[in-house]
Amino acid sequence: MKEETGHDCCAHHAHHHELVIEGLSVAYREILALDSVSMATSCGNRVALVGPNGAGKSTLLKAIAGLVPRRSGEILWRGTAVKKWSREFAYLPQREEVDWSFPITVRGLVEMGRYPQTGWWRSFSSDDKRAVDEALESLNLNDLQDRQIRELSGGQQQRAFLARAIAQEAHVLLLDEPFTGLDRNAAILLGDLLEKLAGEGRLIIASHHELGSAPLLFDEVLVLNTRRIAFGPVSTILTSSLIADTFAVPVAESHV
Amino acid sequence: MFEELLSSPFYQRTLATAAFIGFTNGFFSGFVVLRRNALSVSALSHTMLPGIALGILVTGVLSQWNAFLGAMFAALIVGLGAVAVSRGKRIAEGTSLAVLYTAAFAAGVAILPKLETRTELEHWLFGDILAVGNTDLWIVFSIGSVILIATNLLMRPLLLTLFEPNVAAAQGVPVRAMQYLVFGMLVLALVSSLQAVGCVLSVGLLVTPAATVSLLTDKTPALFWGGGLIGGFGATIAVLLSSPLGISPGPAIVILLGILFILAYLFSPKYGLLVPKKISKNLL
Repeated sequence: MKEETGHDCCAHHAHHHELVIEGLSVAYREILALDSVSMATSCGNRVALVGPNGAGKSTLLKAIAGLVPRRSGEILWRGTAVKKWSREFAYLPQREEVDWSFPITVRGLVEMGRYPQTGWWRSFSSDDKRAVDEALESLNLNDLQDRQIRELSGGQQQRAFLARAIAQEAHVLLLDEPFTGLDRNAAILLGDLLEKLAGEGRLIIASHHELGSAPLLFDEVLVLNTRRIAFGPVSTILTSSLIADTFAVPVAESHV
Repeated sequence: MFEELLSSPFYQRTLATAAFIGFTNGFFSGFVVLRRNALSVSALSHTMLPGIALGILVTGVLSQWNAFLGAMFAALIVGLGAVAVSRGKRIAEGTSLAVLYTAAFAAGVAILPKLETRTELEHWLFGDILAVGNTDLWIVFSIGSVILIATNLLMRPLLLTLFEPNVAAAQGVPVRAMQYLVFGMLVLALVSSLQAVGCVLSVGLLVTPAATVSLLTDKTPALFWGGGLIGGFGATIAVLLSSPLGISPGPAIVILLGILFILAYLFSPKYGLLVPKKISKNLL
C-alpha cells in the first residue's frame, strides 16, 4: 500500500501527467463487462463516461481504482504501470453503495483519507491534521465537520467524499454517477467544484447518464458499451448520430 | 454487612471480573454495532450451549476448560462456517448462520439427555459471577487483553473493512482476514463472559453498551471507549446493587445496561425521542 511518489500537483509541471488505459478487460465470472477498452487522457481534464445501463461505466471506474480485478490490460499513470492500487487514485462510490448510517462524522470520513499515508499504526501528525483541515476548508465543510454523514444533503455528501479524496492527495478522482439525485442548485455547485478541482490539475473521470448536460460539465467523453464506442473532446464526440447508434444497441445483459 | 461483603476476597474477585468483562465486551460491542449483526451474535451465543454439551460428552466431565473449549469450538465452527458458506455470495451470511446454528443447537439438544450433569448446564445458560474462581479471572483477563490489544492495533484496517470493504481491499487491507478476526474475537468475547452472565445474557453485554453510545455521539472512536466505560461501570454498579436488591448479579448487569440504553433512547440530547428537535439550518 506504499506509493513511492510524493504529492506534487500536476499544474506545476510543464508536461501533463497522463493516464493511459490499454486493452482493459474485466469479467464477472464468465460475463465480459469491459472488452478491451483503451483511452488516454491527462491531468486537468474532466472525462465523462457515458453509455447505456450495463455498459460497464461503474466497472471501468472500479477497475481503474483497483476495486475489481482486471482480466487483462494495463493502466499506466505517469508512465508507470499501476499494478493494483495507487494512492493517487480516489474512488467515490455511488450514493446507494455507501452505508450512510455508519456512525462516522464528516471529519472522521476525511481522516480516513489519510490512512494510506499513516499506514495502520502511525498516529496523526500535524501534517495529517493540516491536510484534513485544508480538505474540509476547500470544500466548505468546516461548519459541517461534526455532522454524521447521513445528516448531509446529497451535494454535501458528495463534497464530503471529495474532501476525503483531497486529504488523500489523490490526483485522479473517479466518481460514480456524482450528479444522480442532486437537485439543480447542488448539481451546479458540484459542476463548479469539479471545474475548480480540474483547474488545480486533477484528473476527473465520472460516469454520467444525462447526455444533455455532459458538454457543460466535461471536457472529454468516453462512449462505452462494454467496448469503447468513441473517445475524444466532448463537442466532437457527442453528435446525435453516434448517440443514437450507441443507445439503440440493445444491451444483451445487465450485470453491473 | 455490606462492608463485610466488600472486604471479602471472593466479592472483590467478582467486582474485578464484572469491571473487566464489562469493559472488554463493551469495547468490542462497538464492532458488533458497526457490523450490524447483533442477531448473529445471539445465534452464536446459543451455539455455545451445544458446544459445552459436546465438550462434556467427549471428555466425560464438566470442567471450566472443556466447557470453554467446547463452546469455542462450536461457535468457531458455526461462525466461521457461516462466513465461509456466504463467501459464494449465493447465500447471505445471516441465512447460512441461521442454518448452521439451528443445526448445531439441534445436535446439542440430542446430546443433552445423554449427559449426567444436565442440571449444571443451566449454570452455563445464565452464568454465576459470584462463583468465579481464580482460573475464571485469569481466562477473563487473558481473553480481554488479547481483544483490547488486537482491536487497538488493527483499528484502522478494521474500520475501513467495516465501512467500505471494496475500498479497503484495494488499499491492501486483507479484508477476509479482518472479517474472520472480528468473528473470532466475537467468539472469544462471548466465551469470556460465559462464567459471569451465561451464554444467553452475554449477548446483552456485547451489544447494549455501544448501542447506547451510538445514541449519544457520532464519533466512531467513542463507540469503543464509551462502550467500554458504560460496560465496565455498568457491570460493576449492577453487581454492587444486586445484593441489596436481591437480584442475581448476571441478570442485574444486563438489566442495568438495558435501562441505560432506554434512558439514552428517550433523553439523548441529539437523538432522544423525548428531546425537542432543533430544525437544522444547514441541512438543505
